[in-house]
Amino acid sequence: MATLKELSRVPEVLAPGHRMCAGCGAPIVVRQVLRAAKAPVAVANATGCLEVSTTIYPYTSWKSPFIHVAFENASASLSGVEAAYQSLKRQGKITDEIKFVAFGGDGGTYDIGLQSLSGAMERGHDMVYVCYDNGAYMNTGIQRSSATPMGADTTTTPVGSVRPGKLGWRKNLTKIMMAHGIPYVAQISPSHWNDLYQKAEKAFAVKGPAFLNAIAPCPRGWRHDSAETVQMTKLAVDTCFWPLFEAVDGKVRVTYKPRQKKPVVEFLKTQGRFRHLFRPENEGLIEQIQAEVDREWEELLALERLSQEQAAE
Amino acid sequence: MAAEQKRVAMTGNEAVAHCMRQIDPDVVAAYPITPQTDIVQYFSTFVSNGQVKTEFVTVESEHSAMSATLGASMAGARAMTATSSQGLALMWEVLHITSSYRAPVVMPVVNRALSGPINIHCDHSDTMGSLTTGWIQLYSESAQEAYDNLIQAVRIAEHPDVLLPVMVCQDGFITSHGIENLNLLPDETVKQFVGEYKPEHYLLDLENPITVGPLALQDYYTEVKYQQAKAMENAKQVILDVAAEYEKISGRKYGFFEAYKLDDAERAIVVLSSTAGTAKAVVDSLRARGEKVGLLKPRVLRPFPAKELVDALSSVQAVAIMDRADTFSTAGGQLFVEIRSALYESDKRPLMKNYILGLGGRDTTTREITKVYSDLAAALEKGRVEELITHLDVRE
Repeated sequence: MATLKELSRVPEVLAPGHRMCAGCGAPIVVRQVLRAAKAPVAVANATGCLEVSTTIYPYTSWKSPFIHVAFENASASLSGVEAAYQSLKRQGKITDEIKFVAFGGDGGTYDIGLQSLSGAMERGHDMVYVCYDNGAYMNTGIQRSSATPMGADTTTTPVGSVRPGKLGWRKNLTKIMMAHGIPYVAQISPSHWNDLYQKAEKAFAVKGPAFLNAIAPCPRGWRHDSAETVQMTKLAVDTCFWPLFEAVDGKVRVTYKPRQKKPVVEFLKTQGRFRHLFRPENEGLIEQIQAEVDREWEELLALERLSQEQAAE
Repeated sequence: MAAEQKRVAMTGNEAVAHCMRQIDPDVVAAYPITPQTDIVQYFSTFVSNGQVKTEFVTVESEHSAMSATLGASMAGARAMTATSSQGLALMWEVLHITSSYRAPVVMPVVNRALSGPINIHCDHSDTMGSLTTGWIQLYSESAQEAYDNLIQAVRIAEHPDVLLPVMVCQDGFITSHGIENLNLLPDETVKQFVGEYKPEHYLLDLENPITVGPLALQDYYTEVKYQQAKAMENAKQVILDVAAEYEKISGRKYGFFEAYKLDDAERAIVVLSSTAGTAKAVVDSLRARGEKVGLLKPRVLRPFPAKELVDALSSVQAVAIMDRADTFSTAGGQLFVEIRSALYESDKRPLMKNYILGLGGRDTTTREITKVYSDLAAALEKGRVEELITHLDVRE
């Protein structure tokens, strides 16, 4: 357990002066995660907001080695970097201890990058993959992704006279990554910085692949005040819209249980992308969303109980 | 002094795999695809038996193969992959990125027709489609040439004046699966020839951290592309220098192309890779009948040796350019368009005709090639070409 004071003294890898929007969740996630690396890092990044806003030639915000290749292949590119490291280290040409970390948005992770992510995780590269999930393709102007929540207004699921925003539920990527049987998977939120820090520490410490899924609000896409980003993530956690949990070698532990689970409407009502859900013609949708949040939460608690029972046997 | 060489019987794929063993790259990331598969399988055996120091990444697709190879190269490793056809097509996005990042990646390509319809046999539609990706391209007639080109490719790619990726092409099945006799250099000779890879800038150099792959817009993108074009120009001399050095250890001579009985030829065929072997047999038999025919087999298509091709073809009166892939432009195959354009600078322009042939593995025999030479004779007699583009051996 680290204190905020201690964490504030850890040297930054992502320098200030980059061009991410005010209130963007992504750089908060990056800075919080990298504080836990405890060794030099080599960073790979999928095409997206984080990449285009931090590496505008001839400037870079990255104090560490950094590579970007394309949208769908951050995991594959980093696989190559990590393979080079293993090879050169075995040959005695490199002696440094280096950690490998990839960052991608939900577009580069849930969707176009899912194949290369799955491949890299299955092969067992020693790397941490961090998804900053803002729930849509924000870089190209708020188009829906498979991480977009049901009912959200995006530019490819616009609210119209016959459609109430995005139809259908989000893909549960964290569970998909758990199904890969990798040593460490966790969901994190900037609001719970200590929980995040401890999980990032574990992710970097395991030998082999680790996956962290971080909620990372986009004030432009979510349509909330840019000063309220961390508050958004806190609401997401307290409503169990974004539960905090980890799977260590497949054993599930819910790392934060809200003392009083807030109704999901508390999260929805703060954001412009859900405003239409409160109109009379969309009656019943919020109840459906609440039911789905409840179902997923109960399922997660059941998974945790199962893990505890297995440990007790 | 040429090294003592070992005479072996091998397929083209086997020769290339053994060549990769001798080069012993730091990283190989590859995905199997017919007809390249043997290369990956043989190489996997070398990895499993500890015959190489390579970290072998068994990626889940060719897109990831190219991405991982590029990542490894930028990290500071000598990195290779290999592919064919659809695999090359899937890599297409990353091919451009690899050349623009100036990664000296070397990749054997076993030429195979692109779908559709799906077809596993040879034509050149795969690599013709990647002529604009910024890669150097070397073509091989035989397993021996594929082996020799691959060794030279490492030196060409990594030369500080070049720093560009290189494809080494051989014909699918015809060369890749045909067994032929060839000479292998001793492992130690290859090791010394390729030397140790020591990049000036690399990702894992913690003392000098670099950002690879930044965003460059209107203010810098043009300069990046200009530098690539300059590097491609520089490659011309480097290709010749490396060939001269390679001749010393192997006794085998390479240039931009092979001119076969071309000096006094009135009629000539320009053809790539294995079909050149068939065409040489036709040249020999026509020469035996006193006909002045010759052949030019390009080895290097990128950079395109325009000036040298003009010099070689200017004294010929009629030339047939053979394309083993169509462009569907209706104005001819890629080789035809480029060579014809180069000859615009010549004072003595030969009559020129284009043939599209050998698609999807269709055999081109001495019979078809003999007909091409007689078509040229007819054109010379009339003083003009009747049909500019002919699809050879096709049911209409």
